[in-house]
Amino acid sequence: MYPSRFRYEAPRSIGEAISLLSEGGDEAKVLAGGQSLVPLMKLRFASPELIVDINNIPGLDYHREDPDGTIRIGALCRHADLERSALLTSRQPLMASAAPLIADPIVRNRGTLVGSLCHADPQGDWASVVTALSGHLVARGPGGRRTIPMTDFVTGPFQNALAPDELAVEAVIPAPKGTLAGGYLKLERRVGDFATVGVAVALETSDGTVTRAGIALTGVGGSTISATEAAEELVGQPLTAQTIAQAADLAAAAARPRTDHRGSAEYKRHMVRTFVVRILSRGDGEAAAAAGGNRAANGDAAGSGDGASDGSDASGGTERAA
Amino acid sequence: MTIVYEDRGDEATSDVPVNRIRFTINGQKKIAEVEPRLLLSHLIRRGLGLTGTHMGCDTTNCGACTVLLDGRPVKSCTMLAVQADGHSIETVEGLSGQSELHPLQEGFKQEHGLQCGFCTPGVMMAAKALLAANPSPTEDEVRWALSGNLCRCTGYQNIVKSVLWAADKLRSSEPPASEPPASEPSGAESRASAG
Repeated sequence: MYPSRFRYEAPRSIGEAISLLSEGGDEAKVLAGGQSLVPLMKLRFASPELIVDINNIPGLDYHREDPDGTIRIGALCRHADLERSALLTSRQPLMASAAPLIADPIVRNRGTLVGSLCHADPQGDWASVVTALSGHLVARGPGGRRTIPMTDFVTGPFQNALAPDELAVEAVIPAPKGTLAGGYLKLERRVGDFATVGVAVALETSDGTVTRAGIALTGVGGSTISATEAAEELVGQPLTAQTIAQAADLAAAAARPRTDHRGSAEYKRHMVRTFVVRILSRGDGEAAAAAGGNRAANGDAAGSGDGASDGSDASGGTERAA
Repeated sequence: MTIVYEDRGDEATSDVPVNRIRFTINGQKKIAEVEPRLLLSHLIRRGLGLTGTHMGCDTTNCGACTVLLDGRPVKSCTMLAVQADGHSIETVEGLSGQSELHPLQEGFKQEHGLQCGFCTPGVMMAAKALLAANPSPTEDEVRWALSGNLCRCTGYQNIVKSVLWAADKLRSSEPPASEPPASEPSGAESRASAG
């Protein structure tokens, strides 16, 4: 399969990229990792007239932590960089658990987090992660730079809030105020498939009390769902079997799954509930058992990272977690 | 090294944008003239005649087209050829020396790691990158590293054994960590024209 014809430009600076985008208007498209855009172009779902390849712009492949704890991910930071990141492993449990679950290992060598957010696939994993973390994107355009909260960034399936002449240059995860916890769990039929269900939970606690919570859901609605009621239920509370069960029920209620070849709506809703319980119960097996998480006796059973399914809940696919 | 396009009559050939790229493939320096929409897999197979890189699904799923870009496995059907400018590519043809099989190739032979063989070149390139980064992988690590490569014949058992066999062989063969010699020293740049 071939993409339709286009003009190709590979600018060496952000400024140059922005002027090319201004020139191309609606017909221009930014190419970063290309792991979604190139397939779409081959299938002719996208036929841009101008491709602005940003891979030759130096200094965009970073991910780093500011002195205050803010984490910044540049537009050319690949999923594989995040998967191997010592910074995320030690400082950002939710992102560290999601990175190895994006697509497959070969795709992760090219694809980027910022590109994934811009692609705005309703089943994109990173969108849920960054939503749960209350992250935002930084865009650069002819008029300077602006910050767009993740919750405002996605305007519809495969649509984002960027103007045609704006380039998303980095994703920003705000500094935590309490102790960080949380994680991402994903149910998929096989490695590299889109999520049947994905659940991202970001948690900050202080002296055993939840001070901030974010819960976002992948694959169970027309776009990423922010389960705000479920998250708010946790704030100000300790994590107990009861509070966990309440949050899980609210998250399941927020899901709007549809029955398809990946599973029934009922099954997906059940998995949302189960995943919320599992993530919140890590290190607290008793609470999870009481809350009805039937894997909770294992505590962190989902953390084996080998992609194995225990066949109990994940009967329609493989649950992966790292 | 020519790629022939259909003459649609309505498009003047002068309107077809062509970019000149320089890249290294299996140790040889090349220059190519490519239309930007040419995929890397097509440059490799048609432009360079290296048909060891297979096209399977053409939709970024199967990994049969996996090659190494600056040492990292990528799906060559999901990259534009023009993006190879300034980079180094390695395909399955670059694995073996003049006469000897690469330990990975030998491993697939010894452990019966292939049946139809269609996925094998992509699997071996992904495995090569794994062994370069991790000379002593566990079985789980091999399975994880190859999870982007689909095989419809073997059930993966013998593929995993083959990669572990190669890991053993590479560890036991003399000075470790020394790169195998490039397939041939190329003084003159050969010129590749495509598009």
